[in-house]
Amino acid sequence: MSVQLKVDDRDTGEVTQNVLGRDTERRDARQKVTGRATYAAEIRPEGLVHGALVRAPGMGRVELANRAEVEAMPGVLMVLSDARMIRNAAQGAAGEAPVQGVETAAYVGQPVALVVAESFEAAAHAARTLTVTCEGASNEIDPEKVEIAEDDTDETAQGDLEAALREARHEIDRTYTTPSMHSAAMEPHAALAEWDGARLTVRASLQMLRYNRAEIADCLGIDTENVRLLSPFVGGGFGSKLGISAEAVAAALAARELGRPVRVVQHRRSVFEVNTRRSETTQRIRLGADAEGRLDAIGHEALVSNLPEEDFSEPVLQGTHFAYAARNRLLVQRTARIHRPAAGSVRAPGEAVGITAFEIAMDELADEVGIDPVELRLANIPEKDPESDVPFSSHMLAETLHDGAARFGWADRPRAARQRREGEWWIGSGMAACFRVNMMMPAEARVRLTADGAIVETDMTDIGTGSYSILGQIAAEALGLTAEGVEVRLGDTDFPPGSGSGGSFGAASTGTAVWLACAEIRTALAGRMDCEPGELTLREGTVQCGNRSRPLAELLNGETLTGHGEVEPGKAEDKVRQATFGACFAEVAVSDVTGETRLRRMVGSFAAGRILNPRTARSQAQGGMIWGTGMALTEALLHDRRDGHVVNRDLAEYHLPVHADIPEMDIALLEESDPWAGPLHAKGIGELGICGSGAAVINAIHNACGVRVRDLPATPDRVLGGLS
Amino acid sequence: MQISFTVNGTRQDMELDPRVTLLDALRDHLGLTGSKKGCDHGQCGACTVLVEGRRVNACLSLAAMHEGEEITTIEGIAQTSPDTAATLQQAMIDYDGMQCGYCTPGQVCSAVGMLSEAREGWPSHVTEDLDAPLELTRDELTERMSGNLCRCGCYPGIVKAIRTASEARTSDSEAA
Repeated sequence: MSVQLKVDDRDTGEVTQNVLGRDTERRDARQKVTGRATYAAEIRPEGLVHGALVRAPGMGRVELANRAEVEAMPGVLMVLSDARMIRNAAQGAAGEAPVQGVETAAYVGQPVALVVAESFEAAAHAARTLTVTCEGASNEIDPEKVEIAEDDTDETAQGDLEAALREARHEIDRTYTTPSMHSAAMEPHAALAEWDGARLTVRASLQMLRYNRAEIADCLGIDTENVRLLSPFVGGGFGSKLGISAEAVAAALAARELGRPVRVVQHRRSVFEVNTRRSETTQRIRLGADAEGRLDAIGHEALVSNLPEEDFSEPVLQGTHFAYAARNRLLVQRTARIHRPAAGSVRAPGEAVGITAFEIAMDELADEVGIDPVELRLANIPEKDPESDVPFSSHMLAETLHDGAARFGWADRPRAARQRREGEWWIGSGMAACFRVNMMMPAEARVRLTADGAIVETDMTDIGTGSYSILGQIAAEALGLTAEGVEVRLGDTDFPPGSGSGGSFGAASTGTAVWLACAEIRTALAGRMDCEPGELTLREGTVQCGNRSRPLAELLNGETLTGHGEVEPGKAEDKVRQATFGACFAEVAVSDVTGETRLRRMVGSFAAGRILNPRTARSQAQGGMIWGTGMALTEALLHDRRDGHVVNRDLAEYHLPVHADIPEMDIALLEESDPWAGPLHAKGIGELGICGSGAAVINAIHNACGVRVRDLPATPDRVLGGLS
Repeated sequence: MQISFTVNGTRQDMELDPRVTLLDALRDHLGLTGSKKGCDHGQCGACTVLVEGRRVNACLSLAAMHEGEEITTIEGIAQTSPDTAATLQQAMIDYDGMQCGYCTPGQVCSAVGMLSEAREGWPSHVTEDLDAPLELTRDELTERMSGNLCRCGCYPGIVKAIRTASEARTSDSEAA
């Protein structure tokens, strides 16, 4: 049996909030602070051997010149170069093999072989000894220099942008650029593959196991049922672990051939090359507004890139489609096919860079019109989706703007630039609105109830997002248990397939599946009480119907009740525009001497439906705001101008924000309930914080020192150039 | 080669390839996987352990360099420095100073080492007066912890947790 739901309409039910919505400790927190959480590369089965991936130093036909010599090195078991190996990580939710074959290298850094040896040291040494040559390719690596195919162009238009711009009282026409960026999760991609006859088990570091299982099976040409994936703990993902990567396929192939368990951990430098980067973008934004700042024209044209045969195109315009009202609109997306490492989803693909550029343009427009930036946003909130005309499921941008402005003390900010100075430092404040689409993905979960408590099982992952905690809270709420009364088992494809983690859809999608599984159990209990499920109250081991009540243990009579829940997106997606909204406010100090920018404080106010656990939700919002700060100030994956390779492919040269970069963050999660998001009324919060916070920082730099940065990140050289 | 050192109070005698790093000795030979390998380049701090009480990036150090030394990892730190580490671990939970957890053991070990450096008056890049008694301000603390990266962005919670542990330790010392 199963309780199934297709989300076609608004939900009319109510959810009690005893355990749900409560600020509770992370379920896996103690394991993590004591080092007992076990990640992919951390078990040592009998006979374990170690593999090291070898990268292409160029593009073109690959030769492994001294293969025989390397195979003869002490401890080396094999040099694998197999047509089933993959070029780069699979795209999110692909569910099939990415481009396979390593006889040619499509980009510098592509994995072309795996060296397996008895020890990690022997494998690493042999991999460095293998001489790889690449010949015969002179591929284009500059997105500005290639012709864009018609298939790689996407355009939507309403009204007449050019005419509206000509008639507009105020006009902005600016071009912004953002560089390639990387997820750079702390745990490198890792896989430990082991065969038992025809069955393959891979301990892996992946975000979406139901799809990953199919991807590995497709690569190897085996049945999906013969693949089991285990990812109970994942050391961060941010999109880079949505799809399987090179180490998992290579480890599985080598393990099959050697008949031994094989572990492959990607070298940190490979992590930056093999696993999809966020595409660089060039964005031309044109805005036309009347005397009060009301928008009549929005033009947003984006150029992004990817390797040939990758169907992902950084959806830069995703947020622009619904952010602001304007009758005349032109949105154009173009994808250049070039041979830099593959591009794919990185936290909030689309809005992270698209809204950031757009919100800088809005700040420029506010200056042009001469009104407050908050007022400009308030004046342009659409009543319905500006393109499809469907209503919003809920829309609290105005509330977040007011709330954030009040807590930041926005009213005290001098509107003109260069008004505050402390020693060598210019001080200024900026703001931006945040927008992110809300998505639901198919998900299933199983819940088993005994007198001792409940067990939740799904192949959903917890990549730091708090899945263990919130799924436990949802089951506890539905079954009248304490959070401790529920055990949560995740990250195993032997369990029903959850949504996986990504796109901020994990909590609401898999959470709803858990809720539905509990509903099936509630119906069974109601049957035993001879009442309707709606009349049932479960509380602390007691089952109550009207004025009748019986102990749960007595009602179960030693049996286990099992519920299976299954949710999938339905027509709700067409009936309403569903999104999350927020506002970020930043105060920065900019050195007049060096051009260095320091973030002094940041306020974020967000609305994302029902908040399932304020503690884990706040952490997600905070992480997003810190990512936005990194995007604004330090993060850029630099490509060599000759061959496109990633120059700064490690954590010393790709600059993530560090402790000293980040002040206290003031974060508010506004109370909201979105009935179009399924019975939990919850939306995603994992990405919203990055969809605007970077623009707040850039806008604050302008307010501080008068320098308008349009090419991110705002490194000291770029700021200093404007100061002189 | 034959290598012996003490890990969390237990003497370990190992026959290791001289190329084995301290981190790989701990993780792959002793099964102490609490110390994490984030970069293997000394750039992220996830592998931080204490060697003779001082914090070290275990990935940048060969096992063979530690003959006879005392090493403390996340698995033993609550026993070795009960006041600071146990308080810090609880505070990390209370202030939610983690998401994915991969940098967490390194943050904890690094913080314990950092607090003892601060108690001994070691200066940092942001110390303004090298002669004055060191005050562990937020700027001092974040400067000293900046070798421990957290991509999830849990820095504010980690900082609050470390301050809590620092204050608990101060009151311990005063009581003593």
